[in-house]
Amino acid sequence: MDPTQLRYSPTHEWLYLKDLTATVGISRFAVDQLTDLINIELPAVGTRLVRGKSFGEIESVKAVSDLYAPMSGEVTEVNTAVVDNVQLLADDPYELGWLIKLNVDDAAEFGELLDYEAYEKKLAEEAH
Amino acid sequence: MAEPTLLKTPLFDWHQSHGGRIVEFGGWLMPVQYSTIVDEHQAVRQRVGVFDISHMGRLTFDGPGMLAWLERVTTNHVAKLNLDQIQYSLMANDQGGLIDDILVYRHQYGYYLVCNASNRPAVLAQLEQHRRGAVGNFHDHTRETAMIAVQGPGALATVQPLFDQPLEPVKYYHLTLGRLLGDVNAVVSRTGYTGEDGYELIVPANQAERVWNAILDSGQSQGILPCGLGARDTLRFEAAMPLYGHELSEAINPFAALVGWAVKLDKGDFIGRESLRGWKRNPGQTRVGLRLEGKRIARQGTTVLDSDRAVGTVTSGTFSPTLQSSLAMALVEPSLSLVSTPLTLDVRGHREPARVVELPFYRRSPHSQK
Repeated sequence: MDPTQLRYSPTHEWLYLKDLTATVGISRFAVDQLTDLINIELPAVGTRLVRGKSFGEIESVKAVSDLYAPMSGEVTEVNTAVVDNVQLLADDPYELGWLIKLNVDDAAEFGELLDYEAYEKKLAEEAH
Repeated sequence: MAEPTLLKTPLFDWHQSHGGRIVEFGGWLMPVQYSTIVDEHQAVRQRVGVFDISHMGRLTFDGPGMLAWLERVTTNHVAKLNLDQIQYSLMANDQGGLIDDILVYRHQYGYYLVCNASNRPAVLAQLEQHRRGAVGNFHDHTRETAMIAVQGPGALATVQPLFDQPLEPVKYYHLTLGRLLGDVNAVVSRTGYTGEDGYELIVPANQAERVWNAILDSGQSQGILPCGLGARDTLRFEAAMPLYGHELSEAINPFAALVGWAVKLDKGDFIGRESLRGWKRNPGQTRVGLRLEGKRIARQGTTVLDSDRAVGTVTSGTFSPTLQSSLAMALVEPSLSLVSTPLTLDVRGHREPARVVELPFYRRSPHSQK
């Protein structure tokens, strides 16, 4: 995935939408902030996600963090490779490190996510 | 109410300009990591790492009444210290709970005390309260000095070229006075908080950055990395060294915490002695090591269960870079402390199976011991 073509949540999840299928991951910035990833917990296929609610957790040496659903929908696929080897996420958060695919409920929610420019701007602001 | 001002070590600017991620720790702004915690951890286990530990409290004592005063406020036997020797010790309250764990140095100019950053005010207050007319005084020279730890198999080769006294003969928990870089007065001790061989250097604050840079240059051929508090924690954890606020507190007695060996009940009277005598007979709990089957980390406060009964609490937990496993230390009922005892940890609602394992989790191989 090309990061400039993705949408982002303020909690650093990225989302790519095609028809009604969304692919979800977390941003390079989030991965670099966490460092030392140990473990990731993802929901089972068929789980219903609610936008803004936790759908899993990611643990590093320092801390455990929730993953938040950028859109509501039903999980249709889970990247088991990243569950087995969380290093994939650290190495390649936009391709091999994708997390889940969703059948989204309401495509209108897409419009509320940040585009690349807005996300970069938010990161720059937070750095000050 | 205004936020209390956070303190900066003399190396703060260096940390900030070299990618150190700064966090608040014990009232100080300290680097938690520069690269990754695991890379810094492995540098110390396999090569050498350098840490700014200037946040630790440092006190000097001078005057003739110092020995009696120190005996009164500490649990170990200060009079047993030889010249240039260092002793791990504790400060207890009247109930036998711990105010701090400390190092007491004895060198030719008197005694020296190193305490935890966050406990420095409590240590100073305890000393003041139990002065009892001691002639002489202590002086807090934390801010006038810096403290730098060089740890790992390459520590000797890194520090020796910078120092005018031979370091190889300095035994573990001993010190030597000398000069770094030709003109910097330094206390160099063979101590550390990582489970590796290494040295801790105390130097004047205004020389800290010069010494730090010289260590990085000297250690370059050894593969040195600057290391933050994150790696310091995973390293001390694997070596099962207690951390105040985790394995030690005012509510935890030293026998439960497995530091009872630093309590000398027969040395004469000292603060907390009668309570400590009782705790020695019945510590109530004991510190154990736990190895989890799964990858989740059982962090401080996690409940330890035997079947469904709560039998203890995790004091520290992390992922061990050396053992590649999720490990924890916990205080549990003594009857459950035998190696291989199966226990369950309630990690945020997940029941995680674990077993008691021997402490320390990691011990350096004998050939690297000097």
